Amino acid sequence: MASIPAQASVVVIGAGIVGNSLVHHLAELGWTDIVQVDKGPLPNPGGSTGHASNFIFPVDHSREITDLTLDSVRQYKDLEVFTESGGFEVARTEERMEELRRRIASARAWGIESHLVTPAEVVEKVPFLDPSVILGAFWSPGVGVVDSVRAGTMMRESAQSKGALTVAANTEVTGIDVENGQVTRVHTSKGEIATERVLVACGVWSPRIAAMAGAAIPLTPAVHQMISVGPVPQLAERPGEISFPIVRDMDTFCYERQHGSDMEIGSYAHRAILHDPDEIPSIEAAKLSPTEMPFTDEDFDPQLEQALELMPEVLSNPEVEIRYAINGLLSLTPDGAPILGESPEVRGLWSAAAVWVKEGPGVGRAVAEWMTNGLPEIDVQGADIARFHSHQRTREHVRARTSEAFNKTYGIVHPGEQWASDRNVRLSPMHSLHDDLGAVFFEAGGWERPQWYESNAPLLEEFGEAVMARTNEWDSRWWSPIINAEHLALRRRAGLIDLSSFVILDISGPTALDAVQRVALAQMDVAVGRVVYTPVLDEAGGFRSDLTIMRLAHDRFRVVTGAAHGMVDRKWFADRLPDSGAEIADLTSAYTTIGLWGPRARDILSQVTTADVSHEGFGFGTCRTIQVGSLEVLASRISYVGDLGWELYVPIESGAKLWDMLTEAGAEHGLAPVGLGVYSTTGRIEKGYRAFGAELDSERTVVEVGMSRPKVKAQDFEGRAAHLRHRDEDPETVLCSLTVDDHTSASGEKRYMLGGEPIVSPDGEPLIDGHGHPAYVTSAGSAPSLGKHVLMAFLPPAEAVLGNRLAVVYMEERYPVTVAAVDATPLFDPENANIRR
Amino acid sequence: MDILVCIKRVPDIAGTVTLNAAGTDIDESGLGHTMSSHEECAIELAIQTAAATGGAVTVLTLGPAEAVEQLRAAVAVGAHDGILVESADPGAFGPEGIAQILGDVVRDRAEQGQSFDLVLTGSDAADTGDFQVGIRLAYDLGYPVLTNIQTLSPGGEAGGPEASVGSNDGGAAAARIEARGIGPSGTEIFALDLPAVVAVQEGGVDPRYPSITGRMKAKRAPIVEYDAPEPGAGNPRIRLELPPEKTRSVTILGDGPDAAPALVDVLEEIGVIRP
Repeated sequence: MASIPAQASVVVIGAGIVGNSLVHHLAELGWTDIVQVDKGPLPNPGGSTGHASNFIFPVDHSREITDLTLDSVRQYKDLEVFTESGGFEVARTEERMEELRRRIASARAWGIESHLVTPAEVVEKVPFLDPSVILGAFWSPGVGVVDSVRAGTMMRESAQSKGALTVAANTEVTGIDVENGQVTRVHTSKGEIATERVLVACGVWSPRIAAMAGAAIPLTPAVHQMISVGPVPQLAERPGEISFPIVRDMDTFCYERQHGSDMEIGSYAHRAILHDPDEIPSIEAAKLSPTEMPFTDEDFDPQLEQALELMPEVLSNPEVEIRYAINGLLSLTPDGAPILGESPEVRGLWSAAAVWVKEGPGVGRAVAEWMTNGLPEIDVQGADIARFHSHQRTREHVRARTSEAFNKTYGIVHPGEQWASDRNVRLSPMHSLHDDLGAVFFEAGGWERPQWYESNAPLLEEFGEAVMARTNEWDSRWWSPIINAEHLALRRRAGLIDLSSFVILDISGPTALDAVQRVALAQMDVAVGRVVYTPVLDEAGGFRSDLTIMRLAHDRFRVVTGAAHGMVDRKWFADRLPDSGAEIADLTSAYTTIGLWGPRARDILSQVTTADVSHEGFGFGTCRTIQVGSLEVLASRISYVGDLGWELYVPIESGAKLWDMLTEAGAEHGLAPVGLGVYSTTGRIEKGYRAFGAELDSERTVVEVGMSRPKVKAQDFEGRAAHLRHRDEDPETVLCSLTVDDHTSASGEKRYMLGGEPIVSPDGEPLIDGHGHPAYVTSAGSAPSLGKHVLMAFLPPAEAVLGNRLAVVYMEERYPVTVAAVDATPLFDPENANIRR
Repeated sequence: MDILVCIKRVPDIAGTVTLNAAGTDIDESGLGHTMSSHEECAIELAIQTAAATGGAVTVLTLGPAEAVEQLRAAVAVGAHDGILVESADPGAFGPEGIAQILGDVVRDRAEQGQSFDLVLTGSDAADTGDFQVGIRLAYDLGYPVLTNIQTLSPGGEAGGPEASVGSNDGGAAAARIEARGIGPSGTEIFALDLPAVVAVQEGGVDPRYPSITGRMKAKRAPIVEYDAPEPGAGNPRIRLELPPEKTRSVTILGDGPDAAPALVDVLEEIGVIRP
């Protein structure tokens, strides 16, 4: 029996589509001494790849996932394992037709051909479908099927032929050694391998493997039921694996996919059936493969009836028999995104898990690039394993959220939709006060945050038409005109915002300045008491984050960032600390933050403090500790809503006291509690403030988002060389703010875009930027101070001209828009006078 | 001809068997459930025979509430209805006790107006392998019995078959079937007077898969339920033991062309090529 190598540059665990793609791309990027292990036999070791239905619908509402899919399709085509069949998503309800119109918008925004078609057009291509049960369909001609096992085999063999890879099949990982937080060795049933890098790419088993190293890969094995029926005479008439388009029956959460003379019917409609990785049978004990679990008929019975409705002619044939039926296991994560990157818990432990066949090769390439130089070409930050807050790594959280999400696989999910399960995990000290005010809570990073307050409903009367009420149900779902009323109250008087969800990271020690200087684009060698807003770049000059840093002492900096991305930021800084002399402490749970902004903010604050908070005494961009009543409060004069005011930091146990004092002092000034609807959308969008994950990502440069500063600091920082280069180049794309000129739809109802819609020329032609991306709306929201609905979008430089008239496509209708800013110039208060008064 | 088929829910084991912690039973976690292939053939024979004679097929099981899945699986391929004798611990009954319970059900159904011309069982259950229930049930019912039967055909030659079993005293016009099975010296062909019990051996027919319409019918099929009596003291099973693991050894014949002669020897030895 061949022994395994005693050493490896990286041990890749798993020989499904992800592991195979990874070894291929690592070898392409020059890696040698790669060892790939799998406990199963090759070419099909028994994981999810082996029973995948292997079809690819390229369109997803997420641009990054779509790009990974498109890259995967290119790779499958290069391997000659892709067969184009085309695919329909059929609608049985008008609600679904609306969703298909949104799917079309996403397809157009990401540059993928697709059309809405009539039932008759569906039947032309799928003659055995009953057109009377559907209203229409989304036709995607680029849909196809792949042979993922064969593709994986070819990719594995390409790495072997380079001499870069040793493959050990039938080899079970039994342990992973970690010393001083760093992976050192993998134990297998065939011997030990010394290595500094382990890449976990074993799908449903990934949590078990990661746990051997003391880390979490928070996914759960979940059942996707599939049956195969045949022989179907109508299918047998045509040769080959697939000659009829795949049909997704969206309203029943099912699909029908030809496989030779058989029809596969898969379902996402049954109850969520979750397993634990340790419950998956061994290869020896499994009837089929370990991930083809015994079929539970009763869960599938309703889907049979629905499939029969859609395709009565083929499925009611008594000769067509159910010949294969499985509860197939796949991996689900609490937020639906894959889990990629190096674990924040153990250095050298990498994850490439919860990846579908449609993304496998693209993810393989991205993670291989990430491991090689930290720079995946496609932005995969939304899938970073470091994103999880501690509660999000628990089994209960994973099970709650995946149970809730499972039936949304083909569901209609509103972009603002909130989770119902595992809520109230992190509560601010003001929570009960908010509750008393009728706050509507949205969640971020487990924190319950008021999105708006029903107690502010009387403001609607005060501001009347200016609140830009929406009549359409979809446009106004997870939204309230009270948000706009709160916005106007803040702009006119003052607003108080609970920002407890901020992630607060203190970096301290003799080398603390070096620690932040090497990460931040902005100059950090500033006077104590300065607050600096700064982009954080990667080596290629793309955005890794944007955040604020306060200098609290000569040797102490406080990094403040958002809940959604804060855990990734923490790892980013931690990975880049100097070898000695600086440490990072997560103080998120130690401090609460209250924002006080608006023209009356100074009047209110000065009523509760004797400190000098005048413009001269407390300038913009500074911070210091002041006494507010009996509390010591760190006040920081900055603003993400673009108005005079402060972020006020106090120990979490004193937050409610501070809130009460400010509320009381603010009463005579018309201070209103204001929700995150203002903070995260309306306040920023009329100020042109960019948001990470929407406008800012690793694929666009500081120049392209219009955030270049006059000078670049002399000190080195990550991405400096690339940034200097970008400043000398013409941008490939330009981030613009646009205003919607007319909201009136064909039906006469006014419609309000929510984000993700394509921006096109007035006559509907796509606008493609220098990166090859069609223009689409990155953020959308009301700008109540302007009485306008504002969209942000990257436009080709030639189109980024003030006053340029373009159009936005929403629900298959075009609405006129005008380019109102071609850089970060705010549409509201362009001189920033409000902030500096 | 109305036919009753007796089936048993068993864990669907393909590879290695694991026992529960106490060693008293098979660890069924992660396993599906099924019936023996003999019983699947019995159902197929029943469906064909009933179809040829215009009768109905009823399936009967003694088992836990979940055993209704096996009844519905039988309906999905063509049985008409099912009878569940529910017992939380069916393993507590030995073959004699089971035969008696089944006999009681057959008699009770007859009183309710549902009588069976033919009762089929599998030769033996997939898990216990006792080969007894069919025979004991026939004894309990006072019916003739055949075992190791693979095919059935209605009618059969009256009077002069190679072998004849059973005699319904005074049943001059009694129905008969012809039954075939593999005996020690070749195919055995019987003419059997009904009612009778037949224990079916797999191999004579190919059981069918369910169709979609069959499966949908199964969901709605009527299931008559009985409660099993409390098991008597009997002879309880104490525990199970797994056979010792087979050791596998790999012999390396050689490397490269040098290995060729040794390989030829092996191929000759196992009959792939001739010397």
